[in-house]
Amino acid sequence: MSSVEPVLGNGVSHDAAHEHHDTYGNLAFGFWIYLMTDLILFASLFATFAVLSHNFAGGPTGKDLFDLPYTFGETLCLLFSSATCGMVMIAVHHDKKYYTVAWLALTFILGLGFISMEVHEFYDMILAGHGPSRSGYLSAFFTLVGTHGTHVSFGLIWMAIMMWQVLKYGLTTSIQSRLLRLSMFWHFLDIVWISVFTIVYLLGVL
Amino acid sequence: MNHAVIDPSGASEATLKSYGTGFILSIILTVIPFGFVIYGGLSQSLAIAIIFAAATLQIFVHLYYFLHLNGSSSAHWNTLALMFSVLIMALIIGGTIWIMYHLHYRLI
Repeated sequence: MSSVEPVLGNGVSHDAAHEHHDTYGNLAFGFWIYLMTDLILFASLFATFAVLSHNFAGGPTGKDLFDLPYTFGETLCLLFSSATCGMVMIAVHHDKKYYTVAWLALTFILGLGFISMEVHEFYDMILAGHGPSRSGYLSAFFTLVGTHGTHVSFGLIWMAIMMWQVLKYGLTTSIQSRLLRLSMFWHFLDIVWISVFTIVYLLGVL
Repeated sequence: MNHAVIDPSGASEATLKSYGTGFILSIILTVIPFGFVIYGGLSQSLAIAIIFAAATLQIFVHLYYFLHLNGSSSAHWNTLALMFSVLIMALIIGGTIWIMYHLHYRLI
């Protein structure tokens, strides 16, 4: 078996490498298409928010609810995590296993900081009686911002799994390809957040 | 046919530079709208124009520097899919606002 395999193996591995390259490219493109459909989901939520953005039903408005320096802090968490996510991909490119995990951990902590701040904000609002059932405006607010937060939370779970996989299996080709898609997802969520802080928070306070 | 958005075989120095540039531009484009809204002093229409301009620019910065959507042939299909999604989003958001505004107007 071992005497035959190298010959067979060479021929196969050459073809397989070529095929793999194509497959990973296709996987990244397929994931991109998923991100585009997700963009349309967010577009529908933004449209809903735009329609309901003045239906306060006598309840609080953006001016009463939002603390912009706090939102600025959340934004910085996400922006820094996007940069550290870029560092993950650079570490992967240099084939540095532990740097990859370290940058992933930093990205995870910054993402967790963002989500903790958001949960804290939601908690305070609901406690003050300004929950999603208070007005059409607040229903749209919680749906839109909550959907983004849910995406970030799933990104964090994915990131935790990837840290474990990199530590256990090393930077194999398929793990590199997963990390590539994770970074696409993470940068995409930061782009959605730009629209959220602009339309919901900044425009809501003006 | 390479659909990869981030080319893993791309030059690493350029990548570090690209992420750094994108990050600094993003910070600037975040501080500007927050600053104007927090410290005020501008007319409302001017403030709205500035925050939308900063957001649009920052989205392009992210697409270009973080997602490497730079018009290269390898990202051609990604760009095309994005442009199609932008069209659909414009129809959904623009159409919804138009219809609901009109309905509101007729009910008054």
